[in-house]
Amino acid sequence: MSKIKLTIDGRKVQIEQGKTILDAAKKINVKIPTLCYHEDLCVAGNCRVCVVEVAGSRALQASCAIPAQEGMEIRTNTPKVRNARKDIIAMLVSEHNTQCTTCYRSTNCELQTLSAEYNIDNNRYLSILKPNIEVDRSSWSIEKDDSKCVRCQRCVRTCSELQHVNALTVSHKGKDMKISTFHDLPLKDVVCTNCGQCVNRCPTGALTERRYFDEVWEAIGDPTKHVVMNTAPSVRVALGEMLGYPVGTRVTGKMVTAMRRLGVDSVLDTDFSADLTILEEGTELLVRLKKALVDKDDTVKLPLLTSCSPGWVKFCEHLYPDHLGHLSTCKSPQQMFGALTKTYYADKKGIDPKDIVSVAIMPCAAKKFEANRGEMKDSGFQDIDAGLTTRELGHMIRQTGLNFLELEESTYDSIMGESTGAGVIFGATGGVMEAALRTAYEIVTGREVPFADLNITAVRGMEGIREASILIEDAVPEWSFLEGVEMKVAVAHGLINAREIMDQIAAGESPYHFIEVMACPGGCIGGGGQPIPTNEEIRKARVAAIYEEDMNMTLRKSHENPEIQTIYKDFLKEPLSHVSHNLLHTTYRKRQHY
Amino acid sequence: MKSKKLQRVDFIFDCAGCEPIEVVKKALKMSREEVVSSIIESGLKGRGGAGFPTGMKWKFAKDEVADTKYVICNADEGEPGTFKDREILDVVPNKVLSGMAICAYAIGSKEGIIYLRGEYNFLLPKLNGQIDEFNNNLSKIGLDFAVSIRSGSGAYICGEETALFESMEGRRGEPRNKPPFPTKSGYNGKPTVINNVETLVYTAMIINMGVEEFKAVGTMDSRGSKVFSVSGDTPKAGIHELELGLNVADFVEEFGDGDTKAVQVGGASGHCVPRKLFKETIIGFEGIPTGGSMMIFNSTRSMFNVLNDYLEFFAEESCGQCTPCRIGTQQLIKGVEQVKRGEMQSEYLDQLIKLTETMKIASKCGLGQSVANSFSSIVTNFREEMIY
Ligand SMILES: Cc1cc2nc3c(=O)[nH]c(=O)nc-3n(C[C@H](O)[C@H](O)[C@H](O)COP(=O)(O)O)c2cc1C
Ligand code: SF4
Repeated sequence: MSKIKLTIDGRKVQIEQGKTILDAAKKINVKIPTLCYHEDLCVAGNCRVCVVEVAGSRALQASCAIPAQEGMEIRTNTPKVRNARKDIIAMLVSEHNTQCTTCYRSTNCELQTLSAEYNIDNNRYLSILKPNIEVDRSSWSIEKDDSKCVRCQRCVRTCSELQHVNALTVSHKGKDMKISTFHDLPLKDVVCTNCGQCVNRCPTGALTERRYFDEVWEAIGDPTKHVVMNTAPSVRVALGEMLGYPVGTRVTGKMVTAMRRLGVDSVLDTDFSADLTILEEGTELLVRLKKALVDKDDTVKLPLLTSCSPGWVKFCEHLYPDHLGHLSTCKSPQQMFGALTKTYYADKKGIDPKDIVSVAIMPCAAKKFEANRGEMKDSGFQDIDAGLTTRELGHMIRQTGLNFLELEESTYDSIMGESTGAGVIFGATGGVMEAALRTAYEIVTGREVPFADLNITAVRGMEGIREASILIEDAVPEWSFLEGVEMKVAVAHGLINAREIMDQIAAGESPYHFIEVMACPGGCIGGGGQPIPTNEEIRKARVAAIYEEDMNMTLRKSHENPEIQTIYKDFLKEPLSHVSHNLLHTTYRKRQHY
Repeated sequence: MKSKKLQRVDFIFDCAGCEPIEVVKKALKMSREEVVSSIIESGLKGRGGAGFPTGMKWKFAKDEVADTKYVICNADEGEPGTFKDREILDVVPNKVLSGMAICAYAIGSKEGIIYLRGEYNFLLPKLNGQIDEFNNNLSKIGLDFAVSIRSGSGAYICGEETALFESMEGRRGEPRNKPPFPTKSGYNGKPTVINNVETLVYTAMIINMGVEEFKAVGTMDSRGSKVFSVSGDTPKAGIHELELGLNVADFVEEFGDGDTKAVQVGGASGHCVPRKLFKETIIGFEGIPTGGSMMIFNSTRSMFNVLNDYLEFFAEESCGQCTPCRIGTQQLIKGVEQVKRGEMQSEYLDQLIKLTETMKIASKCGLGQSVANSFSSIVTNFREEMIY
């Protein structure tokens, strides 16, 4: 590709054709402030914070939006530029609800950072904050506070470009322009999947996850309650970012210690129920294949779609209600965990399930909604009492004043604290598929998957949709009907890719047997509840940490998890048993498409 | 600078010696290069407000290699005080269409679209018939080009060319980042020439009458004539085609009511010329350009109210995407109101003028960039009226 030469603040820089002034500046470590810009999204160029001077042009140019051109002379730090930026930031502040002290995003807010950097004096402009803005708290997962919105449209771009959901759109114009929903309906009544990707990209406190940590603190403080927390695989590779560690650090041991120090009675691992999911879902797949191939039952829905990502599940319910039969009936690991906590765990521990408060720590905003789905009460109680995000856990740890960096490491409690590498990799896109193949292949052939170190690299990576196939040879007698079958699988992450998968299914053209779909780009490590910021580079570092964690585990196949073996022996009997059916499986329903 | 005497011209509405389809035929006898260079040589600048040299625009589009190119006629006419495009489309639509066809021939386009302001839909029945007939005639003379109409989406900002494309593509009318410019990537991402209604008529007239005759009218910087929409305190409200380069004093002499205090040249996004500057202000690209809107105010008018109306128009009609424009317009309204009520010191007006400077250099499109024009010309020249 041809290179372009330009100068920025008198320094020469070369960059590929098509790159922007901002890219060129980054290349030589010149920091230009931005607000509407986000690495994951298409360029908007609407906040105007990144303006620079381009020789020969009277107007300033938005560096994020203007392509670098041969011979350009750029100035990023002249009085003209600084004044304009300061004015622009001051304007944004004048439109903003500046009650920073009570804002959840305080100290992690891009507008706050900018106004601090540019020393915005208070009285430059009159406040034009609209009076009586009501916060939309209708959703179980997401809160929307327009008084803190800077109209950067990152959320809108996220919802359309990355997720193809379009629950959030721009409405009105001029002074009334705002981010809205279909007919301005509350979030709970629109197509929102609760994935929380908008929350993760919101530069301010306009979009946040609905917080439940106060209720959790209450429960912890209540001596009559037994508080159980389970942590999703991807939390351990991201939490550290909030507590002083570099991106991509695994903090499993410290996290467990910290949670115990919060006063939680039992710290358990969602990886356990991830392993359980593999046995249930893997068996469900094999049963469906048997029905299709042996019984020639043409009502069987294939491909089977994973169901552990509740944003993805709700996406299907809204947009592909005629194809819900393809979704695995397995609950997500969180909900399996909840149902078992108040039955199996309660029984083993001799605790009255009504006294158990079961809290899930998730990388996810959608899991809050999922926990509150009416049907998630199979234990006879609300299976999960509260779903918190990685960020909320980070806040709780900060609130205790613990010095996270100095904490000793410890291991999960028992029971339901044992896990395998297969459970861990659930946290990355492709992980469920890899874990499922490690187990299913072995069940069917009696041998390990034929990949070095069990690493099925074909399903790993960041491509939006990846596919792989695996030939079944020398199947054990019970599964001999699969002999010679080439299992075709696919992995998709980000709902825009999910749409492609679903359109294929809707058209009857899907060539696959089994498909893993995660609502969020990168899978759970890029979830809507993960530390802010999240971007491609950060997602990659978290994924690398996930696979590192997997490699460090002695057990790396779900069916080898001893606690899984015990629970089947003592309680569930076998995958898809009657008990499993009651506690671990669920149903779906059609929802409105707007 | 010397100004021209006021001179009435009739290029646009006069149809003697100008059968539009014959003009297209005449263009077809020229090479594409010749057509483009004639327009370049004529010095014609866009009549939609921005004043970009039309011939250069056509040349850029012609030089692009693409399977599809578009010619778009901007008939969104939203600038307060202008109504000349409506009249042109009503009275001489065939001249507009021939301008589009000539452009199509020159740049190699097969599809033309008129983006018609929603409020002008009453023109549709008649226009549709004329377009059908014109399209037929074009195919008879062997030009593979057809025009259709797209009804506008009802916002001032949709007249801004890239917002117009967004609107045509079915999205919200928000201006795009430039570059890429429309001649490279316009409607549907294809090379597009977008011209104002009036500009297109002049291109046809230039082909018809020849470059020299056109160039003889107007000045070095402002070739030719212009259709003015005259309104306000005037006994001669209406549409008048005048040679470019006259000064405001002569204009007021002809159109004023004897008590003219100020003339707003170029609509809400233009400049306000106070009486004391009438003589020295030339109407044209060397002085104050205008898309045609000329609003005349006499001494009974409050310039505070005039300004406030403009600001409210902008605060309403801004697309709202970019910070300086969305917030700046609201700050200006609130600021002048508070100064007027004595709640802010009069010096705050200077702060607000600085704010319009930021809007001018940092807004994304012409709307936000041009708020400074009326704001600082009115506040500077009628400061007293702003305060007391
Ligand atoms: C806010 C805004 C509104 C505009 N509205 C119109 C319009 O109604 N009609 C028009 O011809 N040009 C309008 N323009 C100018 C167009 O963007 C564009 O420059 C013009 O159509 C080009 O044609 P011309 O070169 O023939 O003038 C507007 C520009 C802005 C910034
Ligand atoms: S200047 Fe105004 S109208 Fe133009 S893009 Fe910005 S907000 Fe929209």
